[in-house]
Amino acid sequence: MKKLRIAISLILFSAITCYFLDFAEILPNRFHVLAQVQLIPALIALNVIVVLFIFLLTLFFGRIYCSSLCPLGILQDITDLVAKRFHRKKKYPHFKEQKILRWAIVAVVIAAFIFGIHIVLNLLDPYSVFGRIATNIFKPVYLTGNNLIAAVGNHYNNYRFYQADIFIASVSSLVIAAVSFAVIIFLSYRYGRLYCNTICPVGTILGFIAKFSFFKIKIGGKGCNSCGLCEMKCKSSCIDAKTKEIDYSRCVTCFNCMEVCKKDALSYQFLPLSSGKKSETGAQGEVIDETKRKFISASVLLGVTTLQNVFGRKGKDSTDNIKEIFTSHNVAFKKIHPITPPGSVDVKRFNDSCTACQLCVNKCPSQVLQPTFTEYGIIGMLQPALSFKHGYCNYHCTVCSEICPTKAIVEISKKEKNTLQIGQVKFIKENCVVVTDGTNCGACSEHCPTQAVSMQPYKGDLNIPTIINELCVGCGGCEYICPVRPYRAIYVEGNPIHLQAKVTEEKENKKIKVDDFGF
Amino acid sequence: MERKFFLKTVALTGVAATLKMVDGFELLAQSTKATAVSGGYDLVAVMGGEPDIMFRRAIAEMGGIGKYVKPGNKVTIKPNIGWDRVPELAANTNPVLVSEIVKQCLKAGAKEVIVFDHTCDDWRMCYKNSGIEDAVIAAGGKIIPGHDESYYREVNLPHAVNLKTAKIHQAILDSDVWINVPILKNHGGAKMSISMKNLMGIVWDRRYFHSHNLQQCIADCSTLDKKPVLNVVDAYRLLKSNGPQGKTEADVVISKGLFISTDIVAVDTAATKFFNQVSEMPLESVEYIGKAEALKLGTTQLDKLNVKRIKI
Repeated sequence: MKKLRIAISLILFSAITCYFLDFAEILPNRFHVLAQVQLIPALIALNVIVVLFIFLLTLFFGRIYCSSLCPLGILQDITDLVAKRFHRKKKYPHFKEQKILRWAIVAVVIAAFIFGIHIVLNLLDPYSVFGRIATNIFKPVYLTGNNLIAAVGNHYNNYRFYQADIFIASVSSLVIAAVSFAVIIFLSYRYGRLYCNTICPVGTILGFIAKFSFFKIKIGGKGCNSCGLCEMKCKSSCIDAKTKEIDYSRCVTCFNCMEVCKKDALSYQFLPLSSGKKSETGAQGEVIDETKRKFISASVLLGVTTLQNVFGRKGKDSTDNIKEIFTSHNVAFKKIHPITPPGSVDVKRFNDSCTACQLCVNKCPSQVLQPTFTEYGIIGMLQPALSFKHGYCNYHCTVCSEICPTKAIVEISKKEKNTLQIGQVKFIKENCVVVTDGTNCGACSEHCPTQAVSMQPYKGDLNIPTIINELCVGCGGCEYICPVRPYRAIYVEGNPIHLQAKVTEEKENKKIKVDDFGF
Repeated sequence: MERKFFLKTVALTGVAATLKMVDGFELLAQSTKATAVSGGYDLVAVMGGEPDIMFRRAIAEMGGIGKYVKPGNKVTIKPNIGWDRVPELAANTNPVLVSEIVKQCLKAGAKEVIVFDHTCDDWRMCYKNSGIEDAVIAAGGKIIPGHDESYYREVNLPHAVNLKTAKIHQAILDSDVWINVPILKNHGGAKMSISMKNLMGIVWDRRYFHSHNLQQCIADCSTLDKKPVLNVVDAYRLLKSNGPQGKTEADVVISKGLFISTDIVAVDTAATKFFNQVSEMPLESVEYIGKAEALKLGTTQLDKLNVKRIKI
């Protein structure tokens, strides 16, 4: 049983990790189902089939999800494995369930979510935490390795591996991922699955279902001499060897106890109705908890509303303050709205559905999707927006919309993408080299796929960029390539609600015949 | 196991770094820069055929590919692969033409034929959707990336006016000979995109061009010591408007032309005059051509050259 669990976990973990790290697009995008089957993304995407599957799986077999599907859970088991290497006699002491804390966290998360403060959920959702760790911690390491191999290969004229661009897109994202990583590693190294059993809201909810699961591990078989080995080796700290009780809400069905028992006194059995002796005492406990829970949720609601009022939605107030500072001839500008990914429909919807797992950040071939800091306000921290520092949004690319596990980015077709206006171009003539230097440029127009920026006659033989906003799709090609610094002469302002770009009527393709050389 | 792998990687990196120091070969390669090939025609213009057929005719008139590519040579071909566009939209060089040139070079005994471009759109999509990656591989050539600064090395351009130094792709610097294969396009900023403009794709920092007088920088870039042995202008389809990327096929004219010359100024002059028949483009307005002539990179006086015109 344990071996099977480990095999499945490792396969799924390697698959999802590789998918996150794979910048060369070797793995097909079908791998994104691994992200889709995660509970929180499925809940947000209202993916009934997946949610039902996970709930039923738990109801039948216990917290298999936590053992084998959740990448963060498996990451902790790997840490645990390393820990055991160093401390062969590693013991996990049994301790009581932190019931109030567990449900308080769930209450806070739900309340905050209802009030639109998704950052709480986003910071705790195990899949998204893993996504950010993979993106911010594992990927740079992986890319460095790739680049070393590429450097060696390229030197010998082998271009099978190629150089990848490594950069820290967002310091906040890196810091938060690093902190989560450190906490997860520390907790799992010292206490096994403490995160899953005390903090993780998914663990708490699935744990509640697991109490009633049909198959359970049964302790105290014939040969049991209460040696306590199973208790010591239980990474979930849920076995009490003295009373021969297992707290099924915390058991992640890892089967370690069965493996370690020398007397074969533990077994995985069909026990549909019993939830252990604990259920009797538990029943009383829950009555008390009910009132406590209500109190907690009420106070949380209060806190959350206050928080919401304090933070508010950034952007709304600042709409009217377009700051324009004049420095010599370079006009400064400040973007008002962040640009949400194509397919996200509008900022509010996007903020409400994105858990900041950063899968799209990894998969964006142009590296234009980058995690934000406060562009969406604190509530939307870490959610991605388009940044034209390292690239611009490819006219035909719809990858982010295809892979988003929460449907924060709804799938769009290439055709829809071609007329979807996620932002509008703004031109600051005073900054343009055509005006300041009196020389040709046209880099912006060159990169414009719809000719929303076109070059029109100016002084003498010079052409100057001219914009038609209705044609603009907001891809940011112009902003990316504009050579003017510190402030560019052209940039894209986000559309809070995505619009339709106009399509120019295709001029009739007059069959122009060229019969002569012309010289 | 992991430790072993790590040690191996470190060792290999060390070796690579040491080898990189020994850059003496580069100097050797540079001294064998293209010497003007005399005899035959200065410029050959072909009309009315398919890209590969026109190239075969033209190169035969130019004295055969063997005149430019010697057995054992490392050849680099630089087409325009700037955009994530299909061949029908005429934003990139025709893949059939690129394929034919690769084949001819290999036939002439080239040790290897490398193709690359520093693309504007994502390089992987450009290589794929232009049809050039597949064409090159099928023809037996090798296509390599140009998207990372580490592939470029700084070179001085002593004869340049504005662009005094530039980082040039190592595939150009390390080649024995290289062939410039642009497509004929209208260009919003530079007016025309032909041979000299195509050289922006061998340079790392193209923003510098735009902010330091684009027209002058384009001319400057062609002062590079290591000049292409041939400039082959693909005018099978030309992009008459909304260049260099184009919007729809309405911007494309199927003009079935090809120009080939060792003189980069002459070939751009000829191509501009050809383009002028479709859409007005006086030679004077394409400033970099005049600036390049002033830098003694070639001539705009086509009547003083030995020009061969062929209609198929």
